[in-house]
Amino acid sequence: MSLKDILMPFKAWGNVFKEPVTLKDVKREGAPRYRGFHKNDVATCIGCGTCEAICENEAIVMVPVEGIETKNGDSGLRPMVDYGRCCWCGLCVDVCTTNSLSLSNEYIWTTNDPEEFRFIPGVVDKPWNNSEKGWTKPGPNFSYYGKERVPMPELKPDERDKSFIEIVRGYSKEQAMKEADRCVECGICVATCPAHMGIPEYIKAIRNDDLNEGLRILYDTNPLPEICGRICTHKCETVCSVGHQGDPLSIRWLKRYIADQQPAENYKKILETEKITKNGKRIAIVGSGPSGLSAAHYLAQMGYECVVFEKLPKPGGMMRYGIPEYRLPYDALDKDIDYIKSLGVEIRCNVTIGKDITLEELHSQYDAIFVGTGLHLGRSTRIPGTDHPNVYQAVDLLRDVTMGKDIPATESIVVIGGGNVAMDITRTLARIQNQRYGKVNIITTSLESEKEMPADHEEIIEAREERATIIPGWGPVRIEIENNKIKGLHVVKCTSVFDENRRFNPKFDESQTNFFAGDMIVESIGQGMDISYLSESIKENLKFNERGRILVNEYFQSSLEWLFVGGDIIQGPDVIHGIANGHKAANGIDKFLSEKA
Amino acid sequence: MSFFSIKTDRSKYPQGGEDGKLQIDLDSHKYVKIWQGPNHPGVTGNMSVELTLAGDEVVEAKTHVGYLHRGFEKLLERRLFIQGMQTSIRMCVAEPDSNEYVFCSCVEELAGIEIPEMAKWIRALILEMARLQSLLRAVPGQGGTFGLGVGVQWGIYMRELVLDRFEELTGGRIYHMFMTPGGVRGPLPTGFKKRMEETLKEIDGFIVNIDNLMFNNAVFKKRAVDVGVIDPSWVDKYGIVGPTARSLGFNRDVRKNYPYLIYDQLDFEPYTTTYSDIYNRTRVRWHDLITTVDLIRQILAKMPEKGDFKAETPNVLHWRIPKGETYVRSESSRGEYGMYMVTDGSEKPRRVNLRGPSYNNGIAVLEDLLVGANIADVGAIMVSLQVCPPEIER
Repeated sequence: MSLKDILMPFKAWGNVFKEPVTLKDVKREGAPRYRGFHKNDVATCIGCGTCEAICENEAIVMVPVEGIETKNGDSGLRPMVDYGRCCWCGLCVDVCTTNSLSLSNEYIWTTNDPEEFRFIPGVVDKPWNNSEKGWTKPGPNFSYYGKERVPMPELKPDERDKSFIEIVRGYSKEQAMKEADRCVECGICVATCPAHMGIPEYIKAIRNDDLNEGLRILYDTNPLPEICGRICTHKCETVCSVGHQGDPLSIRWLKRYIADQQPAENYKKILETEKITKNGKRIAIVGSGPSGLSAAHYLAQMGYECVVFEKLPKPGGMMRYGIPEYRLPYDALDKDIDYIKSLGVEIRCNVTIGKDITLEELHSQYDAIFVGTGLHLGRSTRIPGTDHPNVYQAVDLLRDVTMGKDIPATESIVVIGGGNVAMDITRTLARIQNQRYGKVNIITTSLESEKEMPADHEEIIEAREERATIIPGWGPVRIEIENNKIKGLHVVKCTSVFDENRRFNPKFDESQTNFFAGDMIVESIGQGMDISYLSESIKENLKFNERGRILVNEYFQSSLEWLFVGGDIIQGPDVIHGIANGHKAANGIDKFLSEKA
Repeated sequence: MSFFSIKTDRSKYPQGGEDGKLQIDLDSHKYVKIWQGPNHPGVTGNMSVELTLAGDEVVEAKTHVGYLHRGFEKLLERRLFIQGMQTSIRMCVAEPDSNEYVFCSCVEELAGIEIPEMAKWIRALILEMARLQSLLRAVPGQGGTFGLGVGVQWGIYMRELVLDRFEELTGGRIYHMFMTPGGVRGPLPTGFKKRMEETLKEIDGFIVNIDNLMFNNAVFKKRAVDVGVIDPSWVDKYGIVGPTARSLGFNRDVRKNYPYLIYDQLDFEPYTTTYSDIYNRTRVRWHDLITTVDLIRQILAKMPEKGDFKAETPNVLHWRIPKGETYVRSESSRGEYGMYMVTDGSEKPRRVNLRGPSYNNGIAVLEDLLVGANIADVGAIMVSLQVCPPEIER
């Protein structure tokens, strides 16, 4: 102890002359990165609920909001935050799939009403709603789940352009598990899928490496997983919430991965369908396409005796006779059909309804009838020259390819159409040209611009890789014929396809014309239905809607109570709608027959 | 110093019986039992000490915890790995970042993830800033227990300046939640180094002021010197770590002995003394303040300008970590701070256990250290061990 020890503390008096530390401006702005109060851009938000899933305090609940409708890709729900539970960690912002959620940098907010501490950000008016600073997702590449899709192993263009070998090779276990890991389990896809498949659940089964469980989940809603796993129009992927900030999950390939892993012999054991008690009732199904097979599968599972009538030599409908083998190999198709057959479903091929047996006769022999005859009539553009014998319909040519007939592919071809069928026929003919002439000379033109083309984007890319020429945005005018030989197609620039109400109403710029040379024209602008098998007496009793389609109720039951109708002739056209229709109709038939009994 | 110290004739106080326990006959009216706490400013949290006094001298002390139990370790078993970050930090309010670091580090070690270089530097920066703000309360706080409130007020202001920098860097002031399994949640903001340097300059002045105010202060010396003396033999008996061990001459510092993050690239030497009374323990912490300020300067000078701040992790919504167990340690302002984590291959940890210095200091050492102390010194002795009851009751 010294004198110094007594004097030194008095140095603190030096502070007397300093300005006191007082927080003068209590409204001081928080740091630009401060985690303040929640903001949400409700127009961008899709209500995926990932914020709700990550919140460790259960402070976020997804609630319906007035004025926001549920639609494909939007649950219609928005997050409601409870500030009695929130810990302001900001993980909800970091995982937000659309980047709509953020935090403001406000410090203080007071209110007398405790109810106000629970609110829907972006919907309820709050003083910080327009604040520009605050916590946002840290950087464009920051992600708590993989943004990039695991690439699918595929045949290279030069390996595939001469053959019909399947292009997509399928995921390995490691690849499938890595891809499955990206799922945020929001379920937006489930609502959008026409069959409402349990997508997050089967993806979870992949992560758990429990593929038998995965198969059971698939068969709950879809009896054609091998097929859908290859050629589904994957509306689920279009709305996938992960796709808003990166690549959407490859849901279709994951489904295929599950279906590919087990041989068909094991299906009955896994799906527990070894013993089905028959109920003695008989159902006739007309058409063995996706809707007919789906109805047959679910009815057979319920104990009904089903007989499927098919006009063509083999079952499968458009799946076999419309989709080329390089996209859907016949053994994958047969695997799904064989399992349905193994449930006791009888498929009678080469039977034409209306010719070999009439619907009335079927009605007298069976308790109920399901009709899913599909769209097999190609539509024509009806431009001058389409009556020439070298003008073909894509559906007819595709059917002939499957049936092994000789295809009249010439050295230069023009295809009209921008849908998936147009791409199928383009790529099929390109392969045949390559086999025959060693080169490809095919031009495909569509009304729609490249962005609006209904074909899958990857189909267009792959067609180009196979050296087909795709020229979108032109409308066909007439076919140039000289000496009874086709010389090519005259086209005019199409400026818009749809009007402001999204109705088909193409507009053309007559000043811009073009000519695509070719000695064969294929039309692929859509298909129509052939319901000539319906007799006059049945037609009289059936109700039709304004578009000429048979009117059905929610169970696809027509105005004749024993007649159920589904598939492309009602909805679609695509496989997954057919499957969903068939499933719903099967439930409808069961309901109808149980109520009748 | 002996002139100021109080000599007591211990022979008239109760002696230990055959089993070593004190024979205290409360009915003799020679003794009085009082409870200090559970709400006592001497400890930053809720715990209490049951004191048996003879006159103004403590003859027996029993520590009681359980007022603050929130079951964090159990809660962590119910949280995803990404959600554990927010829960783990709440185990110690005074210095939450050590919790954050050991939790994230356990997850990374078990999942086999190497974090990017930039993330290591930012983590070290956050840990040092956390030590700084913790010491800014603890060092003058020791004076506060003797009624020297000026230093506490200065310290709180200085701590606010550090919290401003925290707010800028992490988006939070007290709980930062900036480390995440795989790295950190953002880069350094632009201009941060400059503003941090301005803050450090203010703290440099504060460190000198505190030296004048506390360590060259007759009153403080009279109250702190030779009070609450820890015997060197207790170090291994109780597992004393950190500044308390260093005040006894044991140079124990995880940053130096088992370097983690980027500490092997920094130049520093922990300060030690050989005699552990309140004065020297506070002095060691005061030197730690100087070291920490120097380390922050070194980190800011040496850290890379650019780089990834987060490694790629599996999808955090269903991140499964293979079966395993690990123990990760770091040096907090109070000493070795470790976490033991067991995983069973599921999406959540099977067991998480925290090893904090407060447990040994607050429950065991304190009971022995208080015997013979004056009732007026009890609070000061508690603070000198820098006990944080929330960390005992996790």
